[in-house]
Amino acid sequence: MRTAASGRIDLALEGITKTYPGAVALDGVSLSVTGGEIVGLIGENGAGKSTLLKILGGGIAPTRGTIRIDGQAHAQLDPARAGALGIAFVHQELNAFDNMDVTANILLGREITRGPLGRLDRRAMAEAVRPVLDLVGARFGPEDQVADLSLAELQQIEICRALSRDARLLILDEPTSSLTLAESARLIDIILGLRRSGVAILLVSHRLSEVEACADRVVVLRDGRKAGELVQGAITREAMTRLMIGRDLERGRARAPRPPDGAGGRAALALAGLRTRAFPGAVANLAVRAGEIVGLAGLVGAGRTELARAAFGIDPPAGGEVRVNGVALPPGDIAAALREGLCLVPEDRKSDGLFLDFSVAANIAQPNLRSLSRRGVVDRAAEARMAQAARRDLGIKAASTDQAAAELSGGNQQKVVLAKWLAMEPRAIILDEPTRGIDVGAKAEVHDIMRRLAARGVGILVISSDMDEVISLSHRVAVMRRGAIVAELEGDRITEMNIMSSAVD
Amino acid sequence: MQKKDLGLAVLILIVGVIVAIINPRFVSAVNLANTANLVGLFGLFSIASAFVIVTGGIDLSIGSVIALLGVLFVDLVVSAAVPWPLVVLIVLAAGALIGLAHGWLVTRVGIQPFIVTLCGLLIYRGAARYYTHDGTAGFTFGQSIPSLEAVIAGRSLGIPHATIAFAVVALASWFVLHRTVFGRHLFAVGKNASAARYTGIDAARVTTLAYVICASLTALSAIFIAMYTRSVQPSSHGSFYELYGIAAAVLGGFSLRGGEGSVIGVVLGVILLQVLQNLVNLLGIPSSLNFAVMGSVILAGVIADIQITRYRQARRARIALAETAGSPAPADR
Repeated sequence: MRTAASGRIDLALEGITKTYPGAVALDGVSLSVTGGEIVGLIGENGAGKSTLLKILGGGIAPTRGTIRIDGQAHAQLDPARAGALGIAFVHQELNAFDNMDVTANILLGREITRGPLGRLDRRAMAEAVRPVLDLVGARFGPEDQVADLSLAELQQIEICRALSRDARLLILDEPTSSLTLAESARLIDIILGLRRSGVAILLVSHRLSEVEACADRVVVLRDGRKAGELVQGAITREAMTRLMIGRDLERGRARAPRPPDGAGGRAALALAGLRTRAFPGAVANLAVRAGEIVGLAGLVGAGRTELARAAFGIDPPAGGEVRVNGVALPPGDIAAALREGLCLVPEDRKSDGLFLDFSVAANIAQPNLRSLSRRGVVDRAAEARMAQAARRDLGIKAASTDQAAAELSGGNQQKVVLAKWLAMEPRAIILDEPTRGIDVGAKAEVHDIMRRLAARGVGILVISSDMDEVISLSHRVAVMRRGAIVAELEGDRITEMNIMSSAVD
Repeated sequence: MQKKDLGLAVLILIVGVIVAIINPRFVSAVNLANTANLVGLFGLFSIASAFVIVTGGIDLSIGSVIALLGVLFVDLVVSAAVPWPLVVLIVLAAGALIGLAHGWLVTRVGIQPFIVTLCGLLIYRGAARYYTHDGTAGFTFGQSIPSLEAVIAGRSLGIPHATIAFAVVALASWFVLHRTVFGRHLFAVGKNASAARYTGIDAARVTTLAYVICASLTALSAIFIAMYTRSVQPSSHGSFYELYGIAAAVLGGFSLRGGEGSVIGVVLGVILLQVLQNLVNLLGIPSSLNFAVMGSVILAGVIADIQITRYRQARRARIALAETAGSPAPADR
């Protein structure tokens, strides 16, 4: 098909640095992997793994450093070059076309045709696919419909797609994050089988037990630097965790005590045995007191966003109850949640939090129209006053409140989202990654707003993958793993080590 | 929005002045009154269409509803001799029911609006033809109901009542869309259904109401149109009117993706389309080119609009860039 590089790959990243204006994503990271070897790549959220993978895939160019493949040095790759050299990805999100069969999915864009009209040669295609299906031990055939396959099988299709392109280095990004335990074990078997056939594997995973089970070497990243490398024998959960978080952050910090329980022991927000559709077997119990900031920590994919959405009513929960100030909410009823004073600042502010083309004032007014109107007619003067007050109180930097939300910076957009909820005077508020993608200054302002809210008696539940944020803001930290709240830390016990050792499995 | 409306108004004036210079008959009282009458008739269902378009939906059944309810109206008034004010109420209620059905199918059953109303287009047309056994429903020669004629087809101070009805409906719609909570909810659901959900809006209720308003206004226009044509030929009556309504709304700044547009815009869109049609007649352009002229103008208008939007987005990006320069960019790692 294509004249690709062949034989076992010999890849080495040397001193890779990637800087963005004002931020260093990677700082002199070196990593090597050769055919027939499994290398684990681990690190906390934001340690630089994704940047490193994008450099390998040719999506971004490193600022400094060399990518050496089979002895030849490259300053950077592009996606086509990376593919031709035999580098292939299996992404966290699976990109299957469920309107086609297995063969069509694996050979998409490289279909085998016959005759002058370019008729698809279905038999030849099925023959071409069969060997790679055998290689992963697939329990489905070339003609099966992809719509009928399980998530784990979709992933096998992704692997087959990579193998059918003569992949020599297979990069698996959190491959087991949405698989069951049995499926994960099966995937590890497949990976071990591929190693025997001479493929190099780079395994990025939060599941340390899986890394422990199959990796020949492990590279640990922390804050964009290589924190260390472990070789077989030294690869233990404890060693990996220690390298991931560093030793210097062991001590807990002094922090304000939890506020006392509300009248009658009522929490501002209580999740009682809440179960999400994504993790129907896992139970979450949590109480957030009035005036308390509770951090919800966990690795990406632990089910934190799903829990927030179920609590607010975006997705109906699989079971359990949500109470706001003692009042149980009807499941899946957002309007009721808002009425009782529960708000959610969604993770994706552009698609869920804002009407980008609408003005700042209209965005803030949207959930408050009831209080801003009389007999269904909007009081536009009151609307303008609300927007002006919010702009002043939260320091929203906008030319005017008539400016479209899309024209604001990320931090100011987030303040608009906060403003619309604050005007409702909520009892409890859930924030999902409230400072992701906003600059340092705005981040501090958002933190300040959250502290002020708590001081006014609002119960705050904040989901964050930013460990410093969680540790510095929270009175208490709840840790999630596979859809369940597995630990609650308080006071001196809120340390990165404690959080991480609960979060990984 | 306002700039867009202003541009459209200027365009209407320019076209009007040019036509008036070439053919002074354009500004004669008779021609102006006729054009105003047509603006009223077409404007009623164009506004109806706009209510659905703002939610991101579409109504393809408007022409067929006009035929079915036109047949019903004429038949009840002429053949069944039911008092006409009662018939008006019956027809409006029938329209509301049709809208309720559309809204239910779109929001509760989850069928795409295009498909729901396409089926409506076929069903109502067929029903209209069956109702009259494919005959024409109309007033027999010399037959007349003076009070009905006076109210629906009459004129006050030389202004056709269809025009007055349109003006009233336009004013009320402007108020509802641009000044009430319900109007805000319509725009919110159309612009970003997900964000609307997060603010607690019952999108299904809002959308259903939009279809009810749309079909009710269509029913109102059906009465005026039936009294204008005085006979309803169910196989062709109202054909393509839904597309005319969509065209007027798009010309007036409504986006078919929803969440954008103004009532002033759709009113101006209706006027421009009628002036263009008038222009074709008065300038002696072969009337077979009628649709081609309309289509070209709409296309030009939409292209101009896209260019303006691109320019605005480019400016937005420049502003955002200037703001983040110096402060650390969000490192995606």
